[in-house]
Amino acid sequence: MPKRVGMEVSIGIAEAVKLCDVDVISAYPITPQTHIVEHLSELVANGELDAEFIPVESEHTAISVGAGASATGARVYTATSSQGLALMHEILFIVSSMRLPIVMTVANRALSAPINIWNDHSDIMAERDIGWIQTFAINGQEAYDLTFHAFRVAEDEKVQLPVVVNIDGFTLSHVIEPIELVEKELVDKYLPPRKPILTLHPDNPVTMGPVGIPEVYTEARKQLEVALMDSKEVVVKAWQEFKKIFGREYHPIETYKTKDAELIFVTMGSITETAMLAVDKLREKGEKVGLVYIRLWRPFPHEEFYNAIKKAKILAVLDRAISYGTNSGPVYTEIRSSLFDKKKKPYVQGFVAGLGGRDIPTERFFEMIEIARSAAEKGECPQYIHLDVKED
Amino acid sequence: MLEIRFHGRGGQGAVTCAELVAKAAIAEGKYAQAFPSFGAERRGAPVMAFLRVADEPIRLRQKIYTPDVVVVLDPTLLGLPSVVEGLKEDGLIITNASKSPETIKKEYGFKQKVAAVDATKIALDTLRLPITNTTMLGALIKRTQIVGMEALSEALEERFGRLAERNKAAMERAFKEIKIME
Repeated sequence: MPKRVGMEVSIGIAEAVKLCDVDVISAYPITPQTHIVEHLSELVANGELDAEFIPVESEHTAISVGAGASATGARVYTATSSQGLALMHEILFIVSSMRLPIVMTVANRALSAPINIWNDHSDIMAERDIGWIQTFAINGQEAYDLTFHAFRVAEDEKVQLPVVVNIDGFTLSHVIEPIELVEKELVDKYLPPRKPILTLHPDNPVTMGPVGIPEVYTEARKQLEVALMDSKEVVVKAWQEFKKIFGREYHPIETYKTKDAELIFVTMGSITETAMLAVDKLREKGEKVGLVYIRLWRPFPHEEFYNAIKKAKILAVLDRAISYGTNSGPVYTEIRSSLFDKKKKPYVQGFVAGLGGRDIPTERFFEMIEIARSAAEKGECPQYIHLDVKED
Repeated sequence: MLEIRFHGRGGQGAVTCAELVAKAAIAEGKYAQAFPSFGAERRGAPVMAFLRVADEPIRLRQKIYTPDVVVVLDPTLLGLPSVVEGLKEDGLIITNASKSPETIKKEYGFKQKVAAVDATKIALDTLRLPITNTTMLGALIKRTQIVGMEALSEALEERFGRLAERNKAAMERAFKEIKIME
């Protein structure tokens, strides 16, 4: 029988990483990610996990060490947040383009300034285009489960790409909640040892990451895009396999009460469950509303997304970050672009809320439905609405 | 669903308090969610921790605005407006205090029910430290029955190891000594 335990989500993630038999963990502490790698360093120090824990002096080095370790064929894990992720920026592109599998948890946090340690999606949205597979967890169980999935996908022969698992800082990372733990035997069945295609080894020298002159650079970058788009098939298969072994079901796009829904909320991350409660309350009042949440953010599942929302008249998209200078949030822009060529498409209203730890209570969704409806009726060129702002 | 807010000072263990009850409730097969106030906690400064316990999965992830119960680990916090902020009219204040619940109710003008126990004294007697979190757990479960003593004792053992015995003794004494005013 699987064991259901109350634990901090960060500790759950660290325990999942342990079950994955990682070889190398290189990390630098940053709030709110710290508890994950702190627990991993304890597991390594007390002999429970046979891995190299490499403490480094910055996140730039954390990911650089990860890249080197992955090139030797090791199974590699790291975690970070906010400014730490931003400091990794230049190396993140190198890791994906060199096709080095690494799994990284990002405990999503706002970017400075002003200095803010709390949750939003500014950090990962600034790294949208790094060429990594990116998933979002809505609760502790998913944060735990997606960790196993991430290693399986990253190291798949057809994929060979790094994966980010996004968990909301504090609202997931620091919460104690029930997590159904999995058996080591089953993890071994789900996640075979890594079989690298090419490794760095002194006995058999190879060159990795040399200069890409104009004659080859285009092809290398095209290859990355093709590999990332193609990875969706493996991502989905790995979730199907996950269901067979562990019983829990995951899809790139999930729906909640959308069957007859005229208005659909679109969310990502831990606000999703609160949005479900809002949908329930609105349904009690007779409103035909539903919810779609995006679990797979990169590669973006265009087809699955369209199928999930095509019957709706209005979409209310909730962004947890701003795409500065576009007058919108990044998820909104993505969705509008994804729907542009469709003949039948809903009216899309963008919202931004919950920046830097500002709470998003269920009432905020009642506000969204009013605004989106009235905008759709008027048919005005939609602009994003920033909710809950003190303007006086 | 029962929503509880813990008030303490940094270092008194308010966060641990919420954590232990959540772990015990989950071990009993219930659903629970415990989280700190996500602030920049500092030793001695007023801090809060939050706890939800329910028989069904908990999907609500907003802060707790209208708690059913507030637990106050430090009597010097009783005068803060934040202690009763949003507390339901039929809610309950469980506080560490050397005074009687009647006196506290009158002194602070609380409209809600008050329960009091001299947790500082019990903690000093049994733990030899003025850390009142585990003591207050005894008071909390006596008054609310959200978790059983057995599950909570197990959570204490897991958290404190060698030091669990003394903490259990403090908890049990508070369970016996708490005074409640309806």
